[in-house]
Amino acid sequence: MKVLLRNPKRELEIEGPMSVVALLKRLDLNREAVLVIRGDTLVPGDAMLDDSDTVEIRPVISGGGG
Amino acid sequence: MKCRVCREPAVIDVRRQNANYCCEHFLRMCRDQVARAIDEFAMVQPGDRCLVAVSGGKDSLAVWDLLVELGYAADGLYIGLGIGEYSDASRDHARAFASSRGLKLTEIDLRAEYGYDIPTGARTAHRAPCSACGLSKRHIFDKAAIDGGYDVLVTGHNLDDEAAVLFGNVLHWQTEYLGRQLPVLPAQNGFPRKVKPLVRLGERETAAYCVLRGIDYLVDECPMAAGNRHLGYKDALNQIEAVSPGSKFDFYFGFLKRAAGHFRSGAEVDQAELRACARCGAPTPGEVCAFCKLVDQAAQPRTVTVMLNQRGHS
Repeated sequence: MKVLLRNPKRELEIEGPMSVVALLKRLDLNREAVLVIRGDTLVPGDAMLDDSDTVEIRPVISGGGG
Repeated sequence: MKCRVCREPAVIDVRRQNANYCCEHFLRMCRDQVARAIDEFAMVQPGDRCLVAVSGGKDSLAVWDLLVELGYAADGLYIGLGIGEYSDASRDHARAFASSRGLKLTEIDLRAEYGYDIPTGARTAHRAPCSACGLSKRHIFDKAAIDGGYDVLVTGHNLDDEAAVLFGNVLHWQTEYLGRQLPVLPAQNGFPRKVKPLVRLGERETAAYCVLRGIDYLVDECPMAAGNRHLGYKDALNQIEAVSPGSKFDFYFGFLKRAAGHFRSGAEVDQAELRACARCGAPTPGEVCAFCKLVDQAAQPRTVTVMLNQRGHS
C-alpha cells in the first residue's frame, strides 16, 4: 500500500494486508495524534488495508489554539 | 467497528468515550458537545454577535462551522502574520471557507497596520516568535471585538490545548495563570467576553470533524512553532492518553470542578489593578501596554530574512 506522511511530506510503500492499528504501530505513531484518511473519509483502527490502498496519515497536533 | 448509535460501519473511534461513530453520528456528537459546552458555561446567549478568531487551521474553521450550524451569528477575523508561505496558505484557507458559506471575514495585515511581521518583529524585539505572535493576536482580536461591537470573542482552543496549557502551568505553578484558565472569561475592564466552545472536543476530533464535513483546512504546522514547549506537553499528554484514555478530559475538567476556584482570587486582584494604556487605551497593569511596547521594538522599515525551522516528525 502507499502511505502518505506529512511534516515533512513523504511517501512510503508498505506491504499489506494489515490493520490500521498495526500500521500505526509499525510506524511508531500514537493513535491519539493522527487520523488515517482513505479517499475523502476516515479509516477506523480495525479496518484492514491491502496493497491496492493509498492512505494519508495526517497529524492532528497543532502548536497553538486555533 | 460499529457506530454506537445506529450500528452501521464506524469511521472513527473515540477511545475516551469508549465509542465508535459513523460519519453522521460523529458530526452530531461534535455538535452536541459544543452545544453542551456553550450551555454549561453560559458562553453565548441567544442573539449575541460572535467574532471568531480565524487562522485557517482545523480548530478555528471547525468552531466557526459549528457555531453557524447551531444557529449563532458569527463573523470571522483573520490576522496576516507575515510568516511567509505559511501565512499565505492560511489566509487562502480562511477566505475559501468564508466564501463557500457566505460568511463575513475581516482581514488585518500585521505589517500593513502595525509595521512588523512575526518573524522580523520577534527577532528585532528579542522575543520568542510564539510569544510575539500570541501577544499580537490577543491584542488585535480583543480590539476588533470591542471596536466592532461584538458580544463575544470566540477562539478555537480545544481540549488538548487547554490540557497542555494546564499541564505547563501546574508544572511551573503559575498560579496567576491557573486562576484565569477558564472556558469563559467575562467582559470586564475593557476586555471582551472570550469563550472556548471546543473545550469538550480533542484535536483529533476537531480534525476528524473537518475531514468529514469537507472543510479544507491548513494541515501544515506553523514553521515557527516547531519544537515549542506547548507541543512537548501535548506529546507527553498523548502518551498518557494512549495507555489511559480519558486522562486529558479528566485532568482539565477535574481542574475546573475541583481546583480552579482556589486560584481565582489571585487572578481577580490582577484584573482589579488594570488601567488604560496611555497609547492605545487597552487594559494594562502599567503605563504602556505590552503590545504597544512590542510595536515600538518590532516595527522596522524592512523585512529581514529569518530561517524557519521545519518539524521533524510525522
